[in-house]
Amino acid sequence: MSKFRDLVIGTAIASSLLVTPALAEKLGLGRPALPEEVAAWDHDVRPDGLGLPEGSGDVLTGEEVFSEKCAVCHGEFAEGVDNWPKLAGGIGTLDHDDPLKTVGSYWPHLTTAWDYIHRSMPFGNAQSLTPDEVYAIVAYILYSNDLVDEDFVLTRENLATFELPNAGGFFVDDRDTVELPKFSVEPCMTNCKETVEITMRAAVLDVTPFDATDDAAAPAAEPAPAVAAADPELIAAGKKVFKKCASCHKVGEGAKNGTGPLLNGIVGRATASVKGFKYSKAMADAGAGGLVWTEEALAAYLADPKGYLPKNKMSFAGLKKDEERKAVIAYLATFGG
Amino acid sequence: MSDDIAKGTTRRGFLSATAAAGGALVAAGAAGAATPDPLIMEKQPWATGLGDGVDAVPYGMPIKFESHVVRRNVSWLTADVISSINFTPIHALDGTITPQGCAFERHHSGAIELSKDDYRLMINGLVETPLVFTYADLERFPRVTHTYFCECAANTGMEWAGSQLNGSQFTHGMIHNMEYTGVTLRTLLQEAGVKPEGKWVFVEGSDASSNGRSIPIEKALNDCLIAFKANGEALRKEHGYPVRLVVPGWEGNMWVKWLRRIEVGDAPWEQREETSKYTDTMADGTSRKWTWVMDAKSVITAPSPQVPITHGPGPVVITGLAWSGRGAIKRVDVTVDGGKTWHEARLASPGQPMALTRFYFDHVWDGTEMLLQSRAIDETGYVQPTKAQLREVRGVNSVYHNNCIQTWWVKASGEAENVEIS
Ligand code: HEC
Ligand code: HEC
Repeated sequence: MSKFRDLVIGTAIASSLLVTPALAEKLGLGRPALPEEVAAWDHDVRPDGLGLPEGSGDVLTGEEVFSEKCAVCHGEFAEGVDNWPKLAGGIGTLDHDDPLKTVGSYWPHLTTAWDYIHRSMPFGNAQSLTPDEVYAIVAYILYSNDLVDEDFVLTRENLATFELPNAGGFFVDDRDTVELPKFSVEPCMTNCKETVEITMRAAVLDVTPFDATDDAAAPAAEPAPAVAAADPELIAAGKKVFKKCASCHKVGEGAKNGTGPLLNGIVGRATASVKGFKYSKAMADAGAGGLVWTEEALAAYLADPKGYLPKNKMSFAGLKKDEERKAVIAYLATFGG
Repeated sequence: MSDDIAKGTTRRGFLSATAAAGGALVAAGAAGAATPDPLIMEKQPWATGLGDGVDAVPYGMPIKFESHVVRRNVSWLTADVISSINFTPIHALDGTITPQGCAFERHHSGAIELSKDDYRLMINGLVETPLVFTYADLERFPRVTHTYFCECAANTGMEWAGSQLNGSQFTHGMIHNMEYTGVTLRTLLQEAGVKPEGKWVFVEGSDASSNGRSIPIEKALNDCLIAFKANGEALRKEHGYPVRLVVPGWEGNMWVKWLRRIEVGDAPWEQREETSKYTDTMADGTSRKWTWVMDAKSVITAPSPQVPITHGPGPVVITGLAWSGRGAIKRVDVTVDGGKTWHEARLASPGQPMALTRFYFDHVWDGTEMLLQSRAIDETGYVQPTKAQLREVRGVNSVYHNNCIQTWWVKASGEAENVEIS
């Protein structure tokens, strides 16, 4: 088969030439990007620190910001809630079965954590953190991984040179030398083995979703028509909008608290009144102060969760469109308490 | 609704389907029919009345009888459905092209709605002139059309430690194959003028995850496409409307959707998606990075756990898909006895580089149990390895790039199960 390989290199080059239409010169399409436009979009940070802005942050500040903006999903100690990613722990487990890969145990470069958190977190409200907040959060994640002390300050100057435990743990793809010679062998066609035994069956685990719809929000499938005059189209639209909430909130029969409190009977319910759910101080105070989730209050909260109730811990950017808010409230109103 | 769901997609459905088929067997085949078939004897409403007019459906969906052929997700895999994955119903498709509407989706912060008018593409970094393009600008560059598969590096990833999921949709459905139309990345890079120090390009999307990736300049200048059409029509929202990157033969995560920026640099960026994720951890705890190319792979799509044999012994079409990130598929072998004897399958048409190839093996089933496997061989001579061969090199923790030979155990009842064999 090795003569095949030589042939391929030849055809690969020949066909790649065909992929691109021959262009003698530039077409003059598009326009020059303005420096401020490049600055507005170009935020990437490289392992050598290129792209890091001025700034700094310490562990204690990071703990506060993390608790407010990240802990609902990633846990107070970055240990991860439910199925949300764990950001701390696992050092020394990479050669175990089921290694725990976190920023502390697995990531090779700290710049990657800064870059990713700055551009993509918190989930649902990306690009909302200031550089100082990001430095502080990253310092706190290091602390959660027992990699720095409580008085550590992370700055533009010391970030790129900070060495993570698994910095040397990666090597460039070597399949061409390690695997290809092994696997590129003319295979057996007849009398290849004497006996064949089944050694493992999927039925043992049986984790395949066999239902027609494998929808996490399955309990919400059949809303009881509690509100007589409800508009079915609006409710149907609201059911769709609720997908944005369903990762944290459950409704319907048998619904339980998740990352957020269960929402049965929410329309008209006193704020922060679900037993067994650990509300933030801000939310609990609002409830103690007599706030009730009327349709108006819900609409205002959902339009701007953090603006309406500062320091509450629902990490959700809000529903920008009035129709979406109306629809989801109509949908929620179909679930009694 | 349950009428529309194909018998056989659930275990209960399977049992009733075999029962029905058992009855039909008596009437069908060489034995001849005892009584005339009412579907032939009686005048049917569709043969006497009228169907829909041409204004009934301006853009069509599959007929209701096919409503079970849909993407499905596995809720326990991810914390929510926004950063998550679903699977192409490959068990129920044939040919090679994947319709956009049922082609798997993987989003890291949900499928966003971005109009052509609001779309901008920037090229910056080590170029002579940083440029901004509108969607309309892109349509004025010389255009190309090519068909490629896009496979998520995690396809079959749940199967590393042992057989887990019952169905080719779930074990191998993080793949689709589309005919893309667009502009080559090379054309756009030439327009901006890559400086000699430019060795890497960074690509990112417009969505909140941005999904940044580093691509070596050789690949960027070779065959990458800035695509805006798939299978003849605009990209669907979930596939990156209005513009996505196509990186032929390389892992799906690099095919950045809603592409907004291309930066040329002199070193890789080592983004989250190329360090924390999409790196392959070996048994000794070290990890391979930059495992971009997808190894040759194949799977029998039917019969399989979601597509049991319901007609009893006799002729059966064994079919599946094969592909390789290193070039064209040259040959596919099929075994029905767990690998004691292999047979060369028939390719529906000669393999195309970095695109799905359909294979058929026309078999006469004797009604005894089968251990079905397929094995792909690509034009470099690479032979799809067994799970044992892969585990020997990589262990069971590498999550990604599992291209092992898949086994379906077809029982005498016609039911099939995902198994591992010696
Ligand atoms: C609503 C839940 C949620 C909140 C709040 C949230 N995250 Fe995340 N985070 C996620 C999800 C989901 C992912 C994985 C995204 C993906 O799959 O691409 C993630 C991924 C991460 C990762 C990468 C993990 C890895 O191993 O690759 C880091 C680091 C992170 N988040 C940090 C933060 C920080 C810091 C905050 C607060 C500023 C935050 N997150 C807030 C849900 C959340
Ligand atoms: C990322 C997780 C998350 C998402 C997404 C989310 N929420 Fe919440 N929600 C929470 C948490 C956590 C709280 C509790 C806040 C606190 O204690 O400060 C909460 C509180 C609430 C409350 C007050 C409940 C009470 O018992 O007083 C309402 C109402 C609510 N959310 C509605 C919604 C709706 C509607 C959506 C979708 C449009 C949504 N949330 C999306 C996490 C979330």
